[in-house]
Amino acid sequence: MSAEVFSVFYQFADVFAFLILSAAGLAIVFGMMGVINMAHGEFIMCGAYVTVGLVNLGVPLAIAQMLAALTAGLIGVLVEFLVVRRFYKRPLDSLLATWGLSLIVTQSMLLIVGSAVRGIGTPEGSFAIGGYSFSTYRLVLFGCAVAVLGGLYIIFMKTRFGVIARATMQNAAMAKALGARTGRIYAISFGIGTGLAGLCGALYAPTMTLIPTMGATFVVESFVTVVIGGANVLLGTAPAAVFLAMIRMALNASYGQIIGQIGMLVAVILIIRVLPEGLSSVLVRRGR
Amino acid sequence: MFKLLEGPQTLGRGKIFWSCFLAVLAGALTYPLFADSYDVGNFAYFLIWIFMALGLCLMWGYGGMLSFGQTLFFGIAGYGYGVLAINMGGGTATIAALVLSVVLAMLAAGILGYFMIWGGINGIFFGIVTLSATLVLAFFLGQTAGPEWHIGPARLNGFNGMKGMDPLTVGDFYIEGSALYYTMIALIVIVYLALRMLVNSGIGNVIVATRENPQRAEMLGYDVRKYQLLTFVIGSGLAGLSGALYTSWGQFITPSSIGLPAAAMPIVWVAFSGRNDLTATLVGSFLLLFGFQTITVYSQQAALVLMGALLLATVMLAPQGFVLGIGKLAADWWGGRRRRDDGAVAEEAGRLQPEES
Repeated sequence: MSAEVFSVFYQFADVFAFLILSAAGLAIVFGMMGVINMAHGEFIMCGAYVTVGLVNLGVPLAIAQMLAALTAGLIGVLVEFLVVRRFYKRPLDSLLATWGLSLIVTQSMLLIVGSAVRGIGTPEGSFAIGGYSFSTYRLVLFGCAVAVLGGLYIIFMKTRFGVIARATMQNAAMAKALGARTGRIYAISFGIGTGLAGLCGALYAPTMTLIPTMGATFVVESFVTVVIGGANVLLGTAPAAVFLAMIRMALNASYGQIIGQIGMLVAVILIIRVLPEGLSSVLVRRGR
Repeated sequence: MFKLLEGPQTLGRGKIFWSCFLAVLAGALTYPLFADSYDVGNFAYFLIWIFMALGLCLMWGYGGMLSFGQTLFFGIAGYGYGVLAINMGGGTATIAALVLSVVLAMLAAGILGYFMIWGGINGIFFGIVTLSATLVLAFFLGQTAGPEWHIGPARLNGFNGMKGMDPLTVGDFYIEGSALYYTMIALIVIVYLALRMLVNSGIGNVIVATRENPQRAEMLGYDVRKYQLLTFVIGSGLAGLSGALYTSWGQFITPSSIGLPAAAMPIVWVAFSGRNDLTATLVGSFLLLFGFQTITVYSQQAALVLMGALLLATVMLAPQGFVLGIGKLAADWWGGRRRRDDGAVAEEAGRLQPEES
């Protein structure tokens, strides 16, 4: 019996981790600046390529993954400075600008790197409960997703940066009048967002084929999670991921991946009819 | 009714504009007489996509709804045409397949649009929900390679795409080559003029008023949701028309014309051209398609990098669009000269300018 229960939890954890890791970075950027980073998938791809590149050079996997997230974060700060910064007053144009960027990056990668890069293979290791065998790495991913949520909670709720960031989020003009450097806060938040995207790519790099268009595998999940989650990462994205993961898990188990994805999309379309501002609007209202 | 061809929502009026229009049309009509059939076929191929661009221009430029889902409806109608044409047999039934597939795309748009518009989805989310739906359709079609995925005798064939449907046919006459080209020209003229009339009509004014300020339009007594849904359905239907014509033109369609990067292309054309005007979109999209095709022959990736760069450059340097900007400069120059002559061009100032979005 416990083996069945664990098996259900394992499947849930797998989908939940995928949703949280792919959406967290996007949600932070959206929550802080009201901007959707259409190049999100490319930062994920960047994280994956850096990881694989470093591992092939002989760097241990965990360190390579951290360096990859850091690289994506730094590139994100640069992109914020060069492009995104101009569009905070025109959020729709920011979508177009980052989409343009995404096209440039993906297609240049196809031109330069080509489509085939040697993968590194999922880390070995599995354990058995009852008659079932489970991959350890999938549970590591779940642990990472929970750690990301915990880390974001600490950064945004317990640090000085978090206080200023939340103040900026609530009323940028007022925060600026009180001496907060909102420009810098935005740059750092964007960097955290793209860094998390890089982390997502780094963590999933061992489990999938590396192609320049791999970002597209993540964008649907990250979009729908952010759409139902709304502007608040902790109160929106996490519950949205729990909810979507349950739908997805149930459908995946009986009908396969693609029906799971379609079911998730249909659920999202039905939900936006009643909750256009996402789950966080309800939860935040309840909390007050 | 023909008075509506000119009005505050469209650039270009008076004898000069319409003489240019007729001159371009005459050029287009005589083109197959001196060009070889390969080039005529290529031209027809560019023209296929114009409907999708005009539809996006209506939704985004006039209605203020940035839909990233043009290729979703392109795909629904494209696959719809294939399935219907195969199932109903060739011949004149292909015309019915074309019409039905466009209706199918409009129905899908009606359903998706109902949930989004009545749910009150705002600008950014409208884009990413439509894009998510588009990508899911592309993923779904991509994994339909097995023989179990078929509708009647029509195999979906996964990434390799569906093929084997008849092109548009009347009786025994295949509409191909220059016949297809003339059909396209006729359809584009009809759609272009009809859209001009639509946006300059009362309905069009409400659509633009909703873009400017939805609350204000609502206070004035209009149910803006209905107008938005109408705009969305028409715009998506035009994308569907492109899709059905595309399938008919090449007698195949693959999921790659739905997913990324295909979904970004209509956005690039319309943004570059100038989303606020139908004529600018028509001209700009044609130029971009022509340029894109020329470069694609050498390297598709390079052409797509260029498209991305154009999109980035447009929003950074000319958010209203390059073609529209150049057109306005020319019009100002011309208007300035005329003003010196007789001093009577003040109506241009009355054109509604979009507020900062």
